[in-house]
Parts: sequence; C-alpha cells; structure tokens
Amino acid sequence: MKLELQGITKVFGSLVANDHIDLVVEPGEIHALLGENGAGKSTLMNVLYGLYDPDDGQILLDGAPATFRGPGDAVSAGIGMVHQHFMLVPVFTVAESVALGYEPTGAGGVLRLEEARRRVREISDRFGFQVDPDARIEDLPVGVQQRVEIIKALSRDAQVLILDEPTAVLTPQETDELIRIMRELKESGTSIVFITHKLREVRAIADRITVIRRGRVVGEASPTSTETELASLMVGRSVSLTVDKEPAQPGEATFEVEGLSVVAPTGTVLVDDISFDVRAGEILCVAGVQGNGQTELAEVILGIEQADSGSVRLDGKDILGTGVKERLRSGIGFVPEDRSTDGVVSSFSIAENLVLDLYDTPPFARGVSMSPAKVTANAEQRTEEFDVRHTSVHDPISTLSGGNAQKVVLAREMSRPLRLLVASQPTRGLDVGSIEFVHGRVVAERDRGTPVIIVSTELDEVLGLADRIAVMYRGRIVGIVDAVGEDGTPVSRDVLGLMMAGVPLEDAQQQAAQHRSVLGAADLGEEQA
Amino acid sequence: MNEQNRPDAGEEQSVAATPPAEAGSETGGPTVREQERPGVLQQILGGSALMSVLAVVLALFIGGLLIAFADEDTREAATYFFARPFDTISAGLSAMAEAYVAMFRGSVFDWQAATFAGMVNPLTESMVFAVPLILAGLGIAVGFRAGLFNIGAQGQIIVGAIGAAWLGFAFDLPPVIHLLAAILGGAIGGAVWGGIPGVLKARFGANEVIVTIMLNYIAVYLISYILKQPGFNPGRTGQRSPAVSPDATYPLLVPQWLWPDNGFRLHWGFVVAILATVFVWWLMERSTVGFQIRAVGANPAAARTAGMSVGRITIITMVVAGALAGLAATGQVLGTERSLTAGVAASFGFDAITVALLGRSRPWGTFFAGILFGALKAGGFLMQSLTSTPIDIVLVVQSLIVLFIAAPPLVRSVFRLPDPDRRRRRKADTRTTQEATA
Repeated sequence: MKLELQGITKVFGSLVANDHIDLVVEPGEIHALLGENGAGKSTLMNVLYGLYDPDDGQILLDGAPATFRGPGDAVSAGIGMVHQHFMLVPVFTVAESVALGYEPTGAGGVLRLEEARRRVREISDRFGFQVDPDARIEDLPVGVQQRVEIIKALSRDAQVLILDEPTAVLTPQETDELIRIMRELKESGTSIVFITHKLREVRAIADRITVIRRGRVVGEASPTSTETELASLMVGRSVSLTVDKEPAQPGEATFEVEGLSVVAPTGTVLVDDISFDVRAGEILCVAGVQGNGQTELAEVILGIEQADSGSVRLDGKDILGTGVKERLRSGIGFVPEDRSTDGVVSSFSIAENLVLDLYDTPPFARGVSMSPAKVTANAEQRTEEFDVRHTSVHDPISTLSGGNAQKVVLAREMSRPLRLLVASQPTRGLDVGSIEFVHGRVVAERDRGTPVIIVSTELDEVLGLADRIAVMYRGRIVGIVDAVGEDGTPVSRDVLGLMMAGVPLEDAQQQAAQHRSVLGAADLGEEQA
Repeated sequence: MNEQNRPDAGEEQSVAATPPAEAGSETGGPTVREQERPGVLQQILGGSALMSVLAVVLALFIGGLLIAFADEDTREAATYFFARPFDTISAGLSAMAEAYVAMFRGSVFDWQAATFAGMVNPLTESMVFAVPLILAGLGIAVGFRAGLFNIGAQGQIIVGAIGAAWLGFAFDLPPVIHLLAAILGGAIGGAVWGGIPGVLKARFGANEVIVTIMLNYIAVYLISYILKQPGFNPGRTGQRSPAVSPDATYPLLVPQWLWPDNGFRLHWGFVVAILATVFVWWLMERSTVGFQIRAVGANPAAARTAGMSVGRITIITMVVAGALAGLAATGQVLGTERSLTAGVAASFGFDAITVALLGRSRPWGTFFAGILFGALKAGGFLMQSLTSTPIDIVLVVQSLIVLFIAAPPLVRSVFRLPDPDRRRRRKADTRTTQEATA
C-alpha cells in the first residue's frame, strides 16, 4: 500500500507542531523519520494513526483520501503502530494480548483463544519471531514484548507499520533481531515508518530518510549520507558527534565499592554483590539495558536506597550509614535519572531549584533566615555560566525545555567542590546541542581530577564518554573493560552488546569475532571509509 | 481536565504520544517529562486570588437564589407566576436584597444604630469571629503547603483549649506573664495533638487524613471527660470549667477609657492573628524550614534527593499546624468564652479548612478569607433575626464556596475566563517560535 501525507498541519494553541508536512511511503519501503526530540515526529504519526485530527492536509492511501476518526479507523485501513511504551497487559498471555480488542468469538460470544493462538503461531513462524503464544507478557524480555506488539499489528493485516523509537529499550543484539524482522517484513511487502533520532540505525536500515526539524520537513536524505551530514540536517547547524576529550590521567582510586548488595522488600535481589572502583580523573560508565540494577546502584551511592551488605568508600571512609545530606555535603554530585521526579521541583523557580541542596548554608541562609537576594544572584551567575536559556530566574522551572532544565540540575550539582560525580542518564531526552554541552561539562569535571560515574543505557554515549566501562546484567557486573584497549582500538560495540545480555567478557569477545551485528559492521565500515 | 486540555488528556488515555508543547523543546515550551500532572491539591492551591473572589461572588449569587426560593412571599407570587411573572421576580429580588442587606448590617456597618460605636460594632464582631478562623486556617494552610491534608484542626483546637484554660484558671501568675503562659499552653496543646499524626506518618507511613479524623473524635470525648473531673467541674454540669483568671484573658483591643461605652468584644487575640499571619509568611517564604516544607509538598522525591528529610519536615509541619490551631483556641478560651466549654471548638476546625482553601493557603489570603467567614457568621445572626431567612443559608454559601474553589474550570466557564495554565504555556511557545524565526 502506498501511503501519502499531503500538507499535514497540526496546531496546538500558537504552536505549530506540524507545518505542511508532505511524506510519501512507497509499498515495501523502510522509511525513516529522523528528527530531534520535539521536532514533531510523534505528532505526525499520531495524526496518521487517527489520534489527532489534522488542522489541514490529507492522508492518501493508494491515492484515495482517507479520514481517520480514531485508531480503530486507522487499523482497519491497514495501519499498525508500535508505541515506544508498549500497550500490553502484563498478566495476559501473548495470545490474549494479540486478541485484545479484536477477540475472535464463537457461538454465543465465547472467546476462541485457540484462533488467536493459531494466528500468533502462524505469524511468528512466518517471520521467525520465536514467540510462544502461551507465555505471559510479564515473563518476556522487552525485545520479545516488542515482537508481540508487531504480531498484534500484523494480525490485523497492517500494511503500513509505524515503529516509534523501537530501539530505545533494546540491547544491540535485540536491535539486530529487530532489523532482521524489519527486512523480512519489507520483503513481504509491508511498508515501515521508522521514527528515531539515532543516526547510526537510520543509515543501517532505512531505504529513504525524511528529516524533520521544528515541525517542518527540512530535507530527504539517502542512507549513504554520513552521520555528520544527517546530524547537521537534523539540528540545523554543524555538530560534533564525538566527545572531545584527551586521554584520562587517572590518579588514585578514591571511590571504592565492595560486595555491595541491595535486596528489595519483596526479596528480589536488585544489586548482587558488586565490586568496583573509580579513580580520580576517570569516567567509569555503567552500561546495561534499563532495569538491570544500575538505578539502584546510583541511588545506594547517594543514600536514597539502603544497601543490605557491602561497603561504599569515598576517600577511604565508608559512607554507608550516613544520610543523603551528609553525602551531598561531603562532595558527591548526583544527577538523577528522572529529572522531573527526582531532579527538580517543577513548581519552584529556577533560582530556588538551583539552591535545593544548599538552601540552608551561607550565603543563602543565616540561621533559619534565607536571603532571597543571594539566591537570585547565585541563579543569575549559574544560568549564565551553564548557558541556561530562560526569561527570568523567578519563572518556574517547568517553563524550561528538558535540555535547559538538565543544565540547571548540572549547574546545581557542580557548584559544590566535588569528590565524586554520579550522573544517571544525563542526556536522556535532550537535543543534540544540550547533549554536547552536558558531555563537555562531564569531561571537564573529570579533567579537574574528580572520579565520575555515568550510568547510561545508550551505547553511543557510553562509547563516547567512558574511560572504563562496567556492564551490568541482572544486578551483577558482567565485566569491566577499558574503553580503549592496549592496542589503541576502542572496545567493540558487539562485545558490549553481548555483555549487556549477560555473556561474560571472554565469551562475548569470541562470539563477536564470529558474528558481526549490523550496527557493529556499520561501525567498522565507517572506520574504513 | 477542561476542554482546552483535551489533546493531553487523550494522550494519557490511549498513547504515550507527544504532547503539543513538546515541539518547543529546544528553547521554551515545557516538554513531556517536565510537564507533570499537578495533584488536586496543587491545582486548587495554585489558582489566583481572582478565582477565589469569583467563587465567593458565584456562591453568594446562588445563595441569593436559594433565599428567594425559600421566601414565602416569593413562593406565594409564584402560584400565579404565568399570570404576573414580574411579581415573583420582584418578590424574590426583594427577599434576596433584604437578607443580604441584613447580613451587611450585621457584619460590616449598621447605619441604623444609635451611636457611631454601634454602627461599626458589626465589623468588630466579624473580626472577633475571624480570630479562631484565621489562626486555625493558617495551620491548615501550612499543612497544605507540605502536601498534608490536616483534617484535625478541630481536635487540635480542643486540646489547645484545654491547655490554655487549665493554665488560665488553675494557676496564679503575674498579669502579663499569666496571659503569655496561657497562650503558650494553648499552642503546646495543639502542637502535641498535631504532632501525633505527624510522627505516625513520618515513622510508620500512617495516612494523616485518617489519623487526624480519628484524633478529632478522641479530642471530643477527652474534653467531656475532663469537664467531669473535680477541678474542671465547679457547677457539676460537666459543661463549663471555672472561669479563666482575668490576668490570663486577652484585654479588649479598644479600651473603655479610650472610647467610652463602645461595647466592642474585639480583643487582643486579633493582634495575635495578625502576628501569626506575618510569622507564617516569614516561615514559608523566607525561612529554610518553609523552603523545605514547600519542596516536600511539591515534590517529596526531589526533596529527598536534595538531602532533605521528608519525615522530619512532616513532623515539623504538623507541630506548627497544631500550634496554630491551639492559638485559635485561645481566641475562644481567653477571648470570648473565658472558660472551657464542651462546645469550645464549635465548627471552627472544619470551617478553617474552607478558609485555607479560599485563601489558597497563602498567609494573607487565609487572613482575608478568615475575615470574610467571620463576617458571614456575624452577619448570619442579624439576617436570621431580621428576615425570615434561616442562618443555615450561611452554611450553604460556605459549602458553595468550597465547591467552586475545588472546581476552577467550572468558575472559569461561568465567567468565560481563559485557562491561565494554557495562557502561560502559549506565552512560552510564542517566545519559542519567535526565537526560532529570529
């Protein structure tokens, strides 16, 4: 089926989210929609999926105009969507999930689950999905859950499949598997619209690339374009994709974790006997797929989460058992994973958020009395220094974009003399410009001789920032590798990917040598070129 | 969620979609992650003073309609409504006018009084009624700012009253010191009763709403038990304690030597209310404690991550809230009643919740809301005695105010006002597009 979007415009208030967007997706094509967070990709797809009414423009299916009153219309017209956050019921089986909403029924409205099972098996066999129709959703790994979503769309005869940031939650190997599936689907004539902001993937998979910036189509590109070309098209100016940094000059190991375990009240072991150290002036990246204990590890270091055994030593002193406030004051800088929940108080002003940790120390307070003038002066200075784009420091922080809000968090955490910096997902959801800025600041802190721990699920970020990489899987550290080997070659993406799936370092190296992933191959190809 | 927010609402139900404002990500507009859904409490408290005023206006209007419908002349005229509709309307309007004029005369200025003192007396009466409402309202407001639903002002007033009264009649101290001691006794009594749910919540996670409600019951039975004890029960009625020593009562604010025969009941408790309002303003806006209270109320997770102790702040907040409610009790025990009675708290503890809501939990907002409710109380008496309108209509008006305060979109749609959140966001977006084009 040929899909055409003509002049789609969607306005929210005075904000033009989509401005006369034209898009043509040929049958059997993988069409990448590339753009930064907030460029308007998702809005466009929600228009296509019938969730939003466009203010102008029309949708053509095989040349015939179509109007969708809701997702139901879109689905029956042959459009399927896999959302970034899956829409699955955890306690349902795969067959039940696929049947949900379109339950095959027999006489008297009795649910015929066998029919649903048969369809799951059929689609699964056809594309090599390897999904058991009777498995429960909550027992499945994320990559398989995503396949369930794809099966769900295919079982309703989707001819155009929209994948919204599908690789965000996958390991590199799972990404590989997804790419294989996408190619199979393409062979069978299904068109795929692939929404992403990851340049590497786009180049590896897409047949055609449409770049969107600020609600407008700014250009088409072919997959042979270089990443730098794509990035500058996406951002609207030239950007450096690599993190500029000198080789680390590590000193003593001033931060040590030994035999650390965290057990949830339910008895689940979240962090399982972890030991590592970080030297002054080096960046240790904790890599891993979301939910493998990294969050808890970071929170134990700050003291929000309690450790069940082990020790955490900063400058030789065990800090377990001290309070959060004490640890912050002793020089731990902490950038939380979820900015809006843990990082800022959104109804507070920018100035207040900048003193959230030091509000009761001079010069911001004398005794219990605070000095608003000092708080404001501090805010003026910090926002200037960290290039926070704002109207007034007295505006609530909720008026700032994600990137600027994150700069506020960094400005606050780096305003104290640091003995350790822990940053979780420091660039999640940020635009390219802000990412550059944040990375630059982190490296600067390292060069000042501070040990730095970065928790990240983005391999690109890990490879760009790390001096050493610790990979976590199910609460354990699978292995710690140097980012650049002794022979000067960077650690392979494939090896890290396998480790993220729990394969020990040496086995991972062997396996990676035998089988090279699509993205890994793209890496090498780039180096050769 | 109102009409204009639809796109966001839809997104929430069906799909993790991009909300409209996301497109402003680079420079201005709030993004998905920053755009938290405000809690009910924050929504109610975040409103403007205009919304409070409009809620009162709307409540008085509907109250007026009820007065008209309840009026006998109006109903009689309504029997021949289709023959002479104007009769019904004019009867209704005059009933409404009579009632509200009486209320005004009873609460602000009575031009028919014989002396000037008599003319302004109603205003001072309103202020007398306002004292406990303001003080207890401030206590509730402090709790709201910390994200705590303190329903226990009633119990805190009762225990504060016991403390103030006991220190007031059972001891013999020098004049000024005795009064200060009795005031302090009231504050401590309330602080203890408020501190209990604070500690239970901080240590064991007990829900403060349930605990404070239950403590209200306990306080009611506690006071009737205490009033039956020998030292508290001179008249053997179990209703009234010995009178508080004159040294421990609030002096009249306008003394007889300054203005002879003024007859005002207004006492120094009103000054205490003003001082408490200033104190709460300083506490919330200028002190490190208030900074923590506000941070914990708005986002406990971020407060904890920044090193604040949420439990400690919960206890401090409840102790302060209780102490303020205890001060409210002194307005009764040391001001107007001058002894401990079983009904000392009347319904002040519950009216205070309304006062704090109407005042948007801001100190001065609460102060003026307290004065308004005091005026409604004072005016209600004269309205009942001069017209056929029952005093219960005051309760109806108060309830309507709460209803409208709790539903800002309703008030906005009645007065055809734009959604302020929406407007703020648009402003940010316009900025974005301007910067984008620049």
